[in-house]
Amino acid sequence: MPSKATIDRVQAGKDQLQFITCGSVDDGKSTLIGRLLHDSKVIYEDQLAALARDSAKHGTTGNDVDFALLVDGLEAEREQGITIDVAYRFFTTLRRSFMVADTPGHEQYTRNMATGASNAQLAIILIDARKGVLVQTKRHSFICSLLGIRHVVLAVNKIDLVKYNKERFDRIVGDYMAFAAGLGFTSVVPIPISARYGDNVINQSDKTKWYQGPCLLDYLESIDIQSDVARQVFRFPVQWVNRPNLDFRGYAGSVASGSISAGDEIVVAASGRTTRVKRIVAQDGNLPRADAGDAVTITLEDEIDIGRGDLLARPNERPEVTDQFAAHLIWMDNDPLVAGRNYILRIGTRTGVAGSITAIKHRIDVNTREHLAARKLSLNEIGFCNVATALPVAFDPYEVNRKTGSFIVIDRFTNRTVGAGMIAFPLRRATNTATAF
Amino acid sequence: MQQSGCRVVRSCLLLRQGYRPKRKRCAKWHLTNNNSVSKKNHMLPKHLRRLEAESIEIMREVVAGFKNPVMLYSIGKDSSVMLHVAIKAFYPAKLPFPLLHVDTTWKFREMITFRDETAKRLGVELIVHVNKEGLERGINPIDSGSALHTRVMKTDALKQALDLYQFDAAFGGARRDEEKSRAKERIFSFRSAGHVWDPRNQRPELWNLFNTQLLQGETMRVFAMSNWTELDIWEYIMLEKIPVVPLYFAKQRPVVRRSGATIMVDDKRLRLQSNEMPEMRMIRFRTLGCYPLSGAIDSDATTIEDIVAEMHTATVSERQGRLIDTDEAASMEKKKWEGYF
Ligand SMILES: Nc1nc2c(ncn2[C@@H]2O[C@H](COP(=O)(O)OP(=O)(O)O)[C@@H](O)[C@H]2O)c(=O)[nH]1
Repeated sequence: MPSKATIDRVQAGKDQLQFITCGSVDDGKSTLIGRLLHDSKVIYEDQLAALARDSAKHGTTGNDVDFALLVDGLEAEREQGITIDVAYRFFTTLRRSFMVADTPGHEQYTRNMATGASNAQLAIILIDARKGVLVQTKRHSFICSLLGIRHVVLAVNKIDLVKYNKERFDRIVGDYMAFAAGLGFTSVVPIPISARYGDNVINQSDKTKWYQGPCLLDYLESIDIQSDVARQVFRFPVQWVNRPNLDFRGYAGSVASGSISAGDEIVVAASGRTTRVKRIVAQDGNLPRADAGDAVTITLEDEIDIGRGDLLARPNERPEVTDQFAAHLIWMDNDPLVAGRNYILRIGTRTGVAGSITAIKHRIDVNTREHLAARKLSLNEIGFCNVATALPVAFDPYEVNRKTGSFIVIDRFTNRTVGAGMIAFPLRRATNTATAF
Repeated sequence: MQQSGCRVVRSCLLLRQGYRPKRKRCAKWHLTNNNSVSKKNHMLPKHLRRLEAESIEIMREVVAGFKNPVMLYSIGKDSSVMLHVAIKAFYPAKLPFPLLHVDTTWKFREMITFRDETAKRLGVELIVHVNKEGLERGINPIDSGSALHTRVMKTDALKQALDLYQFDAAFGGARRDEEKSRAKERIFSFRSAGHVWDPRNQRPELWNLFNTQLLQGETMRVFAMSNWTELDIWEYIMLEKIPVVPLYFAKQRPVVRRSGATIMVDDKRLRLQSNEMPEMRMIRFRTLGCYPLSGAIDSDATTIEDIVAEMHTATVSERQGRLIDTDEAASMEKKKWEGYF
C-alpha cells in the first residue's frame, strides 16, 4: 500500500545536522550552498526559472546559472553584492535533514559568525585553492573553536582553477593542519571541491582520481555527531512554572543535557534543596524518561521553592554556583564594552541578572590568537574577562556544556544584545549557598 | 473536556477614540485533561521531535517573557501545526494566550468554517479582526489589486489589532524555507514602535538565549516554526493526525484560469469575465489565503499520505501559487518593511 509505505518512510526518521559555512568573500560559499540545495532538489522549477532570469541580470557566471543567487536574500545586499547577515537554509536527504547557517566573510562580522556557530555541530571552512590558508581562514577557525565546534570540513574550493592539482591541495592541507593543531578540533576532514562545477560535492569527481576520501555530501550524511549532550550529566533549566490550579505545579523546560527518569533524585543548584521527580507529564500521557533536547514538564515529590531560572541537576553532579566567574566575551555593539559598567545578563533561563564586567584580563587578536592588553572591547572584538553578578548563578564551564555555560549581555538602556559570553571557570564559590542537604 | 470556555470575539476597529472592545479571558487555567495513559501509538522520528521541542521551548519563552502575547492564526497548515504544538507546550494548562485571525473577508468559505470549528473543538479563545475602514472603502483583491488589498486588509489590519489589544508579542507561523528574504529572519523579530522592521536593527540570536526585553511601544514577532520545512509540516500533520482545511486535499472544484493561475470560483464576488468558463477540475491548494489570490494545482492527492508522497517528488515551490509574491523579486521583503509579518 502506497500510503503505508509513505508513513513507514517518514517514521524511519532521520537525524538533523546543523552546520556553518565560513569563508572569505568570493571563496564560493553561496555557490556551494546553492549547489547543495539544487542538487538535493530543494530548488523547484519556478525558483530555477527565476534564477535563470536573475543570473542574466545580476550573475557573475556569464551564461551559466549562478547558484550563488539562490541564496542571496535581501534586496539591499543584493544591490551591494555582499552578504550582510546570518541566513539559515534547509535541505534534506534520505538520511539526514540539514540546517545551514550561512555567514558572511567580512572582517567586521565576527558577530554573525559567532551567531551562526553557536548552535552548529560542524563547520565547513572554505579555502580558495589559488589563495591557500589566509588570515581570514585562521580567524574563522578560531571563532568556530571558541564557540565549541569540534568537527571541521576543510573544503578546498575552486580546485578546477588549479587544474585539479594534488600537490597544491596537499600543501594547503599541510598548512592548515599545522595551524589548527592547537584549536581542539576532534576531526578535520579536507576535501578538494569545485562548488561551481560540482566536483566532489554530491558525487565523486573523476578529475581528482588522487583523492580517495568521501565527497562532501556523503561525509555530511555520515559523520557521527554522537549527540555529545546525551553523554553529559543531567541539566534542566526551569523555563516556566505551569500552575493551572491548586492541584498541579509543574516545571516546564527543555533538558539541556543528560537524561532524567521519574523517581530520580534532583537538586536545585542555587538553593541546594533536594527532592525526587514524580512524573514527567505530556499531553500524550506520562513519559518514563526525558532526554537531552526534549521539552517537557516535570512534577516533583516535595513542594520546594523553584522558579524560572533555577537549574536542576543530580545531587552528585552539581553545577558551579557563584557570583564571580571568568569568561570569553564577544562584543557585538557599536558602543564599546566599558569595564565596571552595569549590564543585564541572561544565563540559561535566568533572565534579568544584574551584572558587570569587572575586568578585561586581555583581548584576543582573532587573527593571531595573541593576547593583548585592553581597556575596552569594541565591536567584533573578543576578550577574556572577569564577570560579577548581583546574585549567585548556576552554570558549567562552556567547554563542558554549551547550553549551561553560555550567556548574553544586554544593555540596560537600549535593551540591545551587546555581548555573548562563554564561561571558563568560577572565580570563587558563592558563600550563601547551602551545598549540603 | 471543557469546551464552554471558547468564545469568539469579533472586533472591528472603530476609529472613535477610546473605544476598546472588551476581551473576556476564557477560563484558561482549567485543566484540559486528567491523568491519562499514553495514547500515543507512534514515536515521532528524531528530526520532527527536535523541531517540536524547539518550538515548544520558544513558545514557553514567550509566555514567560512577555505580558500579553497572541498567536496569529491564519487557518493554514502551518497555523494548524503551530496551534497543535502550543497546546502540548502548556499542557495541562489551557493555552495561555488567544488566537488572532486577521480576516480580509476574502478567505475561502471552507477556511472560515474550519477556523470556527477548530476554536470550538480545542476550547481556545479566538479573536477575529477586520479592517472596517478598508471594508467600508470597498478595498478588495480584484478591483484594488493584490498589493493594495494586502496592505490595507492584512498589514494595516494586523497592526490595528495589535495596537487595539496592546499585544507585545505575536506568534507567526512563517518558516525560513518559504522565501529567500525569510532565511535571515530572527526567531524573535524585533519591531520598533509603529511595528517597523529593520533588518539592520535585529538582535543577534546565539544559542537559545533570546533577548525578550522591550521598551514601551516596541513589540516582537515570534516565529516559533522558523526551522520547519514544508515537508516537515506535512510529515508532522500526517503522524500527529492534525486536522487541516479540506482545501489541501484534491477534489473536483470549479475553477477558471486567470493571470496564468488556476483560481477557484468560491463565490459570486469573483465576477467572471466573458471569456472565463468555470470548469470542474481535480485540484488542491498548497497554500491558502484570499481565494482570488490563491492558485490551485492539479493533483490527485486526496489523503495526507498522498500529499507527503507528492511532496517527495514535487518540482514546483509552494509559493508559486501565491499571487502576492510574483509582483517583483523583492516584494516579500518590501511587505516586511511595511509590517506585514
Ligand atoms: N571556477 C570556479 N569558480 C567558482 C567556484 N566557486 C565559486 N566560484 C565563483 O566565485 C565567485 C564568488 O562565489 P560566491 O559563491 O558568490 O562567493 P561567496 O562570497 O563566498 O558567497 C563567483 O563568481 C562564483 O561563480 C569554483 O569552484 N570554481
